Amino acid sequence: MTRTSRLSWAARLSLAPLFIAASLAGAAQAEDSADPITIPIHNWSSQIVMSHAIGQIFEGLGNSVEYVSTDSQAVYEAIRLGDATLEVEVWEGAFGASFTAALEKGGIHEAGNHNAITREDWWYPLWTKEACPGLPDWKALNDCAAVFATPETGEKGRFLGGPVDWLKHDAEKVEALDMNFTVVNAGSAAALWAELAAAEKDKTPIVIFNWTPNFAEAVWPGEFVEFPKWEAGCDTDPAVGLYPDKVYDCGNPADGYLKIAAWDGMPEKWPAAYAVLQKVSFTNPQIAEMAKLVDIDGMEPEDAASAWLAANEAVWKPWLE
Amino acid sequence: MSMTDQIRLPKSAPRPQIAMLLIGLAAVLVLTRAALPEGLIRPPDWLILPFADWVNTVFTFLRDDLGLMALTRAFAGMVEWLLDVTANILYGKSRWPRLGPLPWSVVAITMAALGAWLGGWRLAVLAGGTFTWIAVMGQWQWAMETLSVIAVAAPFSIVTGLLLGIAAWRFRLVARVLDPVLNIAQSLPHFAYMIPVVVFIGVGPKAGAIVTIIFSVPPMIRMTALGLAKVPDEVVEAGRMGGATPFQLLRKVRLPTARTEILVGVNQVIMQCLAMVVLASFIGMPGLGQKLLQLLQALKIGLSVEIGITIVLIAVVLDRLTRAWAMRQPQHHAGGLRWWQRHPVLLAWALAVVLAFALAQIFPILAQVPRREALSIAAPIDLVMDQVIRLVDPLTTWLRWFLITWVLIPLRDAIQFLPFSAILLAVAAAGWAIGGWRSALVVGGFIALIAVSGWWDRAMITVYMVGFSVCLAALIGFPLGIWAARGEARAQRMLLICDTLQTFPSFIYLIPVVMLFGVNDVAVVMAVVTFAAVPLIRYTTLGLRGVAPELIEAAQMSGATRRQLLWQVQLPMALPVMMVGVNQSVMFSLFMVIIAAFIGTQDLGQELQRALSASDVGKGMVLGLAVAFLGLAVDHLIRSWSRNRAA
Repeated sequence: MTRTSRLSWAARLSLAPLFIAASLAGAAQAEDSADPITIPIHNWSSQIVMSHAIGQIFEGLGNSVEYVSTDSQAVYEAIRLGDATLEVEVWEGAFGASFTAALEKGGIHEAGNHNAITREDWWYPLWTKEACPGLPDWKALNDCAAVFATPETGEKGRFLGGPVDWLKHDAEKVEALDMNFTVVNAGSAAALWAELAAAEKDKTPIVIFNWTPNFAEAVWPGEFVEFPKWEAGCDTDPAVGLYPDKVYDCGNPADGYLKIAAWDGMPEKWPAAYAVLQKVSFTNPQIAEMAKLVDIDGMEPEDAASAWLAANEAVWKPWLE
Repeated sequence: MSMTDQIRLPKSAPRPQIAMLLIGLAAVLVLTRAALPEGLIRPPDWLILPFADWVNTVFTFLRDDLGLMALTRAFAGMVEWLLDVTANILYGKSRWPRLGPLPWSVVAITMAALGAWLGGWRLAVLAGGTFTWIAVMGQWQWAMETLSVIAVAAPFSIVTGLLLGIAAWRFRLVARVLDPVLNIAQSLPHFAYMIPVVVFIGVGPKAGAIVTIIFSVPPMIRMTALGLAKVPDEVVEAGRMGGATPFQLLRKVRLPTARTEILVGVNQVIMQCLAMVVLASFIGMPGLGQKLLQLLQALKIGLSVEIGITIVLIAVVLDRLTRAWAMRQPQHHAGGLRWWQRHPVLLAWALAVVLAFALAQIFPILAQVPRREALSIAAPIDLVMDQVIRLVDPLTTWLRWFLITWVLIPLRDAIQFLPFSAILLAVAAAGWAIGGWRSALVVGGFIALIAVSGWWDRAMITVYMVGFSVCLAALIGFPLGIWAARGEARAQRMLLICDTLQTFPSFIYLIPVVMLFGVNDVAVVMAVVTFAAVPLIRYTTLGLRGVAPELIEAAQMSGATRRQLLWQVQLPMALPVMMVGVNQSVMFSLFMVIIAAFIGTQDLGQELQRALSASDVGKGMVLGLAVAFLGLAVDHLIRSWSRNRAA
């Protein structure tokens, strides 16, 4: 946009036929397939809304779009095989491993990168601070481990982790940092929220696994525990990190990526849609807003996507050019 | 009393000495644990066979070398085409034949007419009312997505089941092969066969439909074979004398005579389909189940309960409709009536549907109720839930502490302490005591297979949770069943509650249970008990109501008190039926404990969940079979016990 606006009127006029011809040629060449673009949706709201938002943009281009609900780990295999076309939220922490594995097998590639950072780590709701004022420092947390004790963990504090298949290495972290905590793994994100909601009723101190961007931030304000800063190699090289002889003696990366993945066949089959997809980029506040429309305002994901698109034309209209 | 004669062990009872010997040996192993070699305490490494690798090798071979993938994908393509047709008609997915979506009012009227035709006005109100509820609650789109899959899966299951059932009845070999396969299939946790479906079929509605078909077909096969086997020889003979060919004999004589059993099979298929609605959404089945999981993920309990109610209502309507169809007798009309006098329901339906189509054009609200204008009862449900949780919180906090410290952790330690060799011997002893050396071999074999699968410790955690849950469920279920059996009306009400609890999606229980007890074994046990108590209540009620009234009268005449009547007449007579309940309760617990992996467990279920997200067919199958073998061992013991008792 900025580049064309620098051209003088005369130049634009003289170039106009060229532009039109080029765009016509482009259109003829970039005829998208009539087959529906299959967008996989998972079980958290920002992803669903974002999928619908991008899907509605595609529909605006004249494409047909279908949504299919899938497991968030198995989806990369589905994209590789072309059963699904793209994935709008590839989290470094949660899905980096599955995504990288699928990349190596081929059939899938990175189509874009959101202007957002993701973070996943130990987290507590603000009321916890009353019982443990030294937070968010991890040493302070360790000092008041007894506050987090439960019948099943005995004297030790309980850290409620995510499902084991998220592969978060919390137990290794506890061991490396010699913390007075026991890791208990919840079986699903829903179980995490249920514990959190129950803890809120009588303001029980609780420390759980959480991530951002996430709807929970809006419902339960809280903070991440500050562990020793992540350094590359902290998980493999004992020398890196707080202690010279331990691995996982650090927090998780505080600035993980959030990417967009696409099937290798997409650029050829739906070139126009693919061109738009490459430009798609959302920020943390925008993603949180999408989640909020559903989780707090109680809208349906489809309606939330339409509402978001209507309110934020300035964000996405430029992607179409 | 003469009744005691009936519970005396029959002559063919196996000798208890050997069982005692085995138990004694097991006790010795436990007592001398400290001196035992490590190989007798835990299955040693050399004993563990890499089953998962073998399964994976076979699957890779089937998929890549034999090209089975092309075949399954072609089959999936066909299923998908059918799904597209129903999806278009029911909720207007843009596919051939591009007719839909039907206005909700038309569907509701059709269901009501079907109800009226099959079972009178009560059923009409129930069926019409249910579909009106769905529309008014703004769940139309989701419910139709679900039904579009069931509308393909159920008929597919019924036809496949019918054909396989006929084959099993006709050819001994087929029956012999099918019987163990069905046994395992019916006790395999759902997640285990979802993994190969993802590999061979992919994800999406088609995968959901296929997993539903696989899950719902076994009862149809069983009931068809059973029904055909029960056809009296005289009936067949009469048909033969009438000059029927073998095919005519099957189609016109045997199948109609076996109608009741076959229709029970149809009913079971539909119920199983609805039971899969939520689970199948893990691999892409759209609709109510998917929405339910999304809502639970955002902790919207009220809205998920609304969906749960809808699933129960649909199940009840379909159940009643198929049952009414099974009971229905051919109608005979007096001569001289015109066709519209003979088919008043058909006429009324046709008129109402035309009217509804026309009105839906004018008032869009009769075609689709938008989500924004839909009613919701979520707010009061959430409020009640919140109040209840606050109210019982002190009690549950104490209960959590008590159960964990004094019951669950000691139990868990105890079962982990026992040497596996002692457990194997004890299981074999139980088998020997009940069914002789054959049973000892069968149940011992099942458990030994788990030992060599390499999942012993996790399997024992599953055993401890299921065992404790079933005991707790028995403490609740038996008294409730006895109480409910005191009167016919009460029994009917209790059975209705049982039906409801059983069809209510179990995932919804998981959230309140975590809120009450936290992420730990207590929550898991409570969720399992809620589910496992249902068959106990049901079969206790049914068993007690089924005791012949003459017997009760005779006992009363001979001066038995109410307590004596219960303990010495009714319960012994109802025991076989109650044991069916125990058997089902164990099966339900095994299924539920696997699902409870979503709360957070350290048993087989957790690993199964991992295998699903990693699409690891081999691991999933091995874990699934380990669960199935636990169930089959219990099933075998209870069945042999009933058989011996009846002999």
